[in-house]
Amino acid sequence: MAKRSSPEVNAGSMADIAFLLLIFFLVTTTIETDSGISRLLPPIEENEEDVIIKQKNIFTVLLNGKDQLLVEDELMDLEDLKQSAIDFLDNGGGGMDSNWVIWNDQTNDWENTGKSGCNYCNGKRDPKSSDNPDKAIISLKNERETSYATYVSVQNEIMAAYAHVRNQRGLKLFGETYEDMKKSWYDVNSPEHKSIQLKKKIDQIKKEYPQKFSEVE
Amino acid sequence: MSKFSKKKKGDLPAVNTASLPDIVFMLLFFFMVATVMRDNELKIKNELPVANQVEKLDKKDLVMYIYAGKPNSGYQSKFGTEARIQLNDKFSDVSDIPAFIFAERESKREELRNRLTTALKVDKETNMGIVSDIKKELRKVNALKINYTTRIGDISMNKN
Repeated sequence: MAKRSSPEVNAGSMADIAFLLLIFFLVTTTIETDSGISRLLPPIEENEEDVIIKQKNIFTVLLNGKDQLLVEDELMDLEDLKQSAIDFLDNGGGGMDSNWVIWNDQTNDWENTGKSGCNYCNGKRDPKSSDNPDKAIISLKNERETSYATYVSVQNEIMAAYAHVRNQRGLKLFGETYEDMKKSWYDVNSPEHKSIQLKKKIDQIKKEYPQKFSEVE
Repeated sequence: MSKFSKKKKGDLPAVNTASLPDIVFMLLFFFMVATVMRDNELKIKNELPVANQVEKLDKKDLVMYIYAGKPNSGYQSKFGTEARIQLNDKFSDVSDIPAFIFAERESKREELRNRLTTALKVDKETNMGIVSDIKKELRKVNALKINYTTRIGDISMNKN
C-alpha cells in the first residue's frame, strides 16, 4: 500500500501570531538609556579646614537662575566655555624649567616636587592664570532656579575640556588619544586589555591632568 | 457547462506572502534583544537632556535609579505641576531617599555594595534645586557615585 502523505500544516496565520508577539513587545518594553556623565560627589567631612588657594588657580563658573553663564566674572556663551577651560587647565603659568611632578624609580610612583612649574603644558603661560594642571581647580556654582539641561551642558563642556587636554597629552606621549587607551583598556579583544603597560600610560596622563572639579553648595 | 468558472487569463498572480512571518519574526527578535522590560512605570515627564562626554553604565544590577520631573497630566490634580521625585513606583519626598538607598543596598550582595551607582534620571526642564537636594541626601548616606543619565548627542539640543 502506498504511504499516505500527511497533509501540510497551514502556516497562513503564522504572520498574525508573530505580529501579535511583536506588538506585545513594542508596548511593554522600552529602549533604556544607560549612559551619562559620571561624577563622584565629595564626602561630607566633619571638620572642614579652609585651604588657601590662590585666586589665579581657580576657574569659577557661575550659572544663575536665568541660565546665564558667568565665567571668571565675565558673561560667556556656552560655546566658548570649553576653549577657555582648556586654556585655563593647560596654561602652565608656573614656568617652563621646573616640573611639579616627577617619576621616582625607587618608589615606582609619581612624586610631587613641590615646585609649581609645568614643562609639558601647551598654554600661553600667562602668570595671571593657573600654575599647573594639578593646582588648577574648576569650581562650578549654580542656583536653585538653574535649569537641569543647562547644568548638564556645562558639566559636559567641562568634562570635554578635561578630555581634550588628556587626549592631546596622550597623542603627544604615546601617539594615541586618552579615549582610545581607555577603550582598549576595557576591550577584551584588544591585546592591551588591562595590561600593566597601558595602566602605566593611563596613570601618567591622569596624574598630569587630574580632574579637579568642585561644585559649590 | 462547468460548475467552477475558470480563472480569467491575464490576472495578476497574488503576491507570495510566505516570507512575511520571517520578516515579522526578524523585527520581533530585534525588539526583544534591543529593549528591556519596563520595570517601573514612570509617573513623571522624563525627557533626558543631551550630552556627549558620556560613559556607559556597565552593570545593570548595580544601578539605583532616581527619577525626577513634572508629574504626568493624570497626576497633576493630586500632586501639582512642580517637579517631584519618583522612587520605584511612587512619588517620594527628598527625605525618603536615604531609606531607599539603604533598601537598595540591603538587596545587593555585600561585596557589591560599594560599587553601587546612583543614576539620576531627571527631566531636562527641572530646576537644579531638586537635584541639589537629592545630591545632598546622597552625600549624607555616602552614596557618592552618581551618573547624570543623558541621551547622546550635541549639547545644542538642550536649548529650546
